[in-house]
Amino acid sequence: MNAPIATTKPVRPPIRPDLQIVADWIEPGSRVLDIGCGEGDLLAYLGAHKGVDGRGIEIRGAKVNQCVEAGLSVIRGDANTDLSLYPTGSFDYVVLTQTLQAVEQPKQVLEELIRVGTKAIVAIPNFGYWRNRISFLFNGRMPITHQLDQPWYETKNIHLCTIRDFIDLINLMDLTIDQAVVLERGARRSSVQVDSRRANLFGEQAIFLLER
Amino acid sequence: MSTTAITASSPVSARNGRQVLPGYVLQLDETAPLHLDCGIDLSPVTLAYQTYGKLNADKSNAILICHALTGDQFAAEPHPITGKEGWWSSIIGPGKPLDPDRYFLICVNVLGSCMGSSGPADTNPATGQPYGLSFPVITIADMVRGCMRVVDSLGIETLFSVIGGSMGGMQVLEAVAAYPDRVFSAVPIGTAAHHTAQNIAFHEVGRQAIMADPEWCNGDYLLYGRLPRRGLAVARMTAHITYLSEPALHRKFGRSLQDRDRVNYGFDADFQVESYLRHQGSTFVDRFDPNSYLYITRAMDYFDLAAERGDGSLANAFRGCKSRMCLVSFTSDWLFPTSETRRMVHALNAVAAPVSFVEIETDKGHDAFLLDEPEMFRILQGFLDGCASVRGLA
Repeated sequence: MNAPIATTKPVRPPIRPDLQIVADWIEPGSRVLDIGCGEGDLLAYLGAHKGVDGRGIEIRGAKVNQCVEAGLSVIRGDANTDLSLYPTGSFDYVVLTQTLQAVEQPKQVLEELIRVGTKAIVAIPNFGYWRNRISFLFNGRMPITHQLDQPWYETKNIHLCTIRDFIDLINLMDLTIDQAVVLERGARRSSVQVDSRRANLFGEQAIFLLER
Repeated sequence: MSTTAITASSPVSARNGRQVLPGYVLQLDETAPLHLDCGIDLSPVTLAYQTYGKLNADKSNAILICHALTGDQFAAEPHPITGKEGWWSSIIGPGKPLDPDRYFLICVNVLGSCMGSSGPADTNPATGQPYGLSFPVITIADMVRGCMRVVDSLGIETLFSVIGGSMGGMQVLEAVAAYPDRVFSAVPIGTAAHHTAQNIAFHEVGRQAIMADPEWCNGDYLLYGRLPRRGLAVARMTAHITYLSEPALHRKFGRSLQDRDRVNYGFDADFQVESYLRHQGSTFVDRFDPNSYLYITRAMDYFDLAAERGDGSLANAFRGCKSRMCLVSFTSDWLFPTSETRRMVHALNAVAAPVSFVEIETDKGHDAFLLDEPEMFRILQGFLDGCASVRGLA
């Protein structure tokens, strides 16, 4: 039986380019946990287009309520504490986009991602991006950019790193990079290798598909 | 086993004599007794229930609504005794989250209660006298077993959803754990997987108030034509405080005086809050059986899902749970606080169950689940719509 077309729900606009890359990596019909799922754009897309059994964790109550209203399985929770409760290998993919730099213990969270999920998808803003470097070099102040848009005293980003820093951590943890994409300004997909100096200079963010 | 509409020729006993009630009854005789946790196979058993909407052809649109401690099966119609609106009229109705044009809604008066289902006010066929305290002690699991007998009698294999708040939420949790294959989705609201020491303590105060009333007569008040009105009223007053939040009480009453300009240096209801509680207590005794209050509060106290179904582990109790669940808590509910809901979410996560969890911002306390909470309605609607599309319900 075909699923009936919901008439009351608003049609969702196309998802963010970085989320589209994440979505393209995910196998149809798989189990996905999206941490910091926000308004559930990725989960809704994966449910509608890939038949994914998706779950979300979100810390902001209003966003959680929005997700559940939209029929998504989302709980109000905290990546810092709640991940440890999931059994090992309970998801095919655990997704963490734009949140790793805001957690208290990024290495531990990364360990948890790859324990709970067979694969982990992580997106990070690149602090080595040239605009950040120039801003810091010439102004001598913490950079405020399109990606990192808040002053130091208000930002939730407490563990910023560059693409190279992140790759060092992945190597330290003996994780494998299955795939990686570098995004330049305006989320334009770059063709450069993720571990190149160019990527670290011109990439505004990078997305990794990781495996142990 | 038979299901019959209640008519004048098949009256259902209510407290203080026999009264004709709207709805249906399921009678279980000695060939099909109800097995109770205390070890007794109880018969005859009457289960009174009400339904709204129509069961569809493949019987896939049934929702079991579980009522709370002092609720009953009249969830969406005027109460036959008080004439007040149904206790969940805000949420049940055309265009509302529980839409009878779309779903077949079933609400069973719980075993041990006093609105038509078997309880301590019924006549014990063995003695010809009211059961009183000789009625067996019942549990949440017994209540759910009773509800599922009604569901069976309607030929429904899988419930589309089981929904309830407070003690109703306990029944939802029990149903999910006990009948994993028969519950497609579940919404436990403002509830917990066990009663805490504080919960038990408040219930004990209520029970002691009833039992301390000389009119209680060791539970045999019906035999003597008496009624522990004061005891039950005090029990209700105490309980009512636990259903509200301090800010809600303050907003409603503050220190306002009742029909007077100054305190009168006596023990009349000087304050509005006193008058309100007295009213709550005195109207309650008109519709509720004191012994039922003892039995049902006991059932809640005994509830401990982890101990009963998980060898002490709540996660174990939920293992094998296939129901899509949406847990709801309220910020100002201190009787069943969010921390208790979070415990359940953690246990459900530990078995990777499909679960949603929302906390509603409100100052209305535990009672919020009965009140007009637009955010809760939207969430419930969205959750059920999502489940309906997976289930293939139009």
